[in-house]
Amino acid sequence: MKRLLSNKLYIAIFVAPALILFIAMGVVPLFITGYYGLFDYDGIGKKTFIGLQNYIDLFAADAYFLKSILNSFILAAGSLFVQLPIALLLAILLANGVKGEGFYRTVFFLPVVISSMVIGQLWCKIFNSDGLLNAILGFFGCTDDIAWLVNSKTAYMTTVIPAVWQSIGYHMVILYAGVKNISPEYYEAAKLDGATGFKAAMKITIPLLMPTIKVSATFALVGSLRVFDLVYVMTGGGPNHASEVPATLMYDNLFVKCRYGYGSAQAFFIVFECLLFSFLLNCIFKKSEENASAI
Amino acid sequence: MEINFNKIKRVLIYVFLLAFTFIQIFPFYWLITFSFKSNTEIFDSNNLMGLPKVWRLENYSKALMGGNILHYLLNSVLYAVLTVVIATLLSAMAAYAINRMYWKAKGIVAVIFSLGIMIPVQATLLPLFQGLDMMGVRRGYLGLLLPYITFAMPMSVMILGGFFKSLPREIEEAACIDGCNIFSMFFRIIFPMIKPGIATACIFTFLNTWNELLFANTFVDSAEYKTLPVGIMSFVGEHSTNWGIIGAGMVIATLPTVVIYLMLSKQVQESFTVGAVKG
Repeated sequence: MKRLLSNKLYIAIFVAPALILFIAMGVVPLFITGYYGLFDYDGIGKKTFIGLQNYIDLFAADAYFLKSILNSFILAAGSLFVQLPIALLLAILLANGVKGEGFYRTVFFLPVVISSMVIGQLWCKIFNSDGLLNAILGFFGCTDDIAWLVNSKTAYMTTVIPAVWQSIGYHMVILYAGVKNISPEYYEAAKLDGATGFKAAMKITIPLLMPTIKVSATFALVGSLRVFDLVYVMTGGGPNHASEVPATLMYDNLFVKCRYGYGSAQAFFIVFECLLFSFLLNCIFKKSEENASAI
Repeated sequence: MEINFNKIKRVLIYVFLLAFTFIQIFPFYWLITFSFKSNTEIFDSNNLMGLPKVWRLENYSKALMGGNILHYLLNSVLYAVLTVVIATLLSAMAAYAINRMYWKAKGIVAVIFSLGIMIPVQATLLPLFQGLDMMGVRRGYLGLLLPYITFAMPMSVMILGGFFKSLPREIEEAACIDGCNIFSMFFRIIFPMIKPGIATACIFTFLNTWNELLFANTFVDSAEYKTLPVGIMSFVGEHSTNWGIIGAGMVIATLPTVVIYLMLSKQVQESFTVGAVKG
């Protein structure tokens, strides 16, 4: 059997199609993007090598890029400090046995399976100046009819709210699976020590859940840094670049302005940023995991 | 006294869960009601959130017939089905080789695939666009199929890998004694044994392909090959003032995923978490 499963030809037949396709269409383009980022290149004319100048320009000469990063940080904060705590609370409540648990999980997860295009358009209708939100506000006597989507102060928030709302169910389901994985012995032991309910959740569930919380937090953070769909659908980065995130700026540079070199540098920066922050998050969580293993 | 306290707590929990149910469902409820209304009814402040007084089915017939929605719908089905079948097959074979076969480079190959989960796809957008153009396939079904299959594989390899790992070695041993060759062993014996894994990977790939927006919006320029999400987006632009028809279009675009989800909600939820929790 071992001979059959070590046959080089068979191994190649099994791996090669997937691997070649993935390297050719996934890995190589990533490196080409990194390469383009070092050039002044508009797609038609000559490529001029300019080293890290594009990356310097991102921070020194781009009026919108810093703002776009700040915007993605706002979403990251919303995800980490609003979305995750709600998801965690729901996960713990549901995992501890609530009547109709399956129903709640199905409902809370529903927005996750729906296309961001539909979610975005739907919330556009909610935030539209003729939309649902203003109508509800009007019912309570506030008849200002604010144009949420086209007001530069509120435009970005209109995309953050559905983004946070949409993925609560996603994190809830991940965390729920994590809670279910905790051995009941821990709770029995805690019960003997008089810890139940809220106390048990704080002392047992959350510390033991840290590895899963880390996964959720990483997904939430990385997802926020590279967010594109909802912002693109709802505001397109406008009005006047107020709701721009790095990915929408990148898209604009690559496919509207044909600034291939500069846009590629932005794309590569997003990759770098995602890796950096998942690494940092990993470091932060390392401590709490050490604490958990002490239980 | 203590019992009372517990009762209050229980009530509070249910109030919270119901309130959250309302928050998650209400936007969709509103979408469905306004997809059956005319503009005057939608903006009628007396019946803003109520059921339509007249159920205007014509919104749906107009949405289906007016734009190319039906064509986009078929396109989306085609992209999703082909991607699911091809990506799952390729991923299953690769995951089998990585987890069950004996060779040195398998660790590196596993890392390469796991890159695909970490790396934002935006970073491949421009070179992919140029590459597909150069190969002359961008203006055709392959223009989206190739990237879809490519980026479906990393997650599928990860999901299926977990299932392959859990199989006992005796299966292959028994198959060997019976004189199976590797292909009949894989397709006749192993493949059926990881059916739950295959289903999980298929569901995940289907939903992601169906909902994909970035590639579809960037690579496709003729209406012939457009997918439903992009089609609906231009449809919204064309009918920007007629909310009822837009709503109908959005419901049509969402219906297939919601139906699948409601039928298989447990498996769908699992497909989204299996990679996260095991990885």
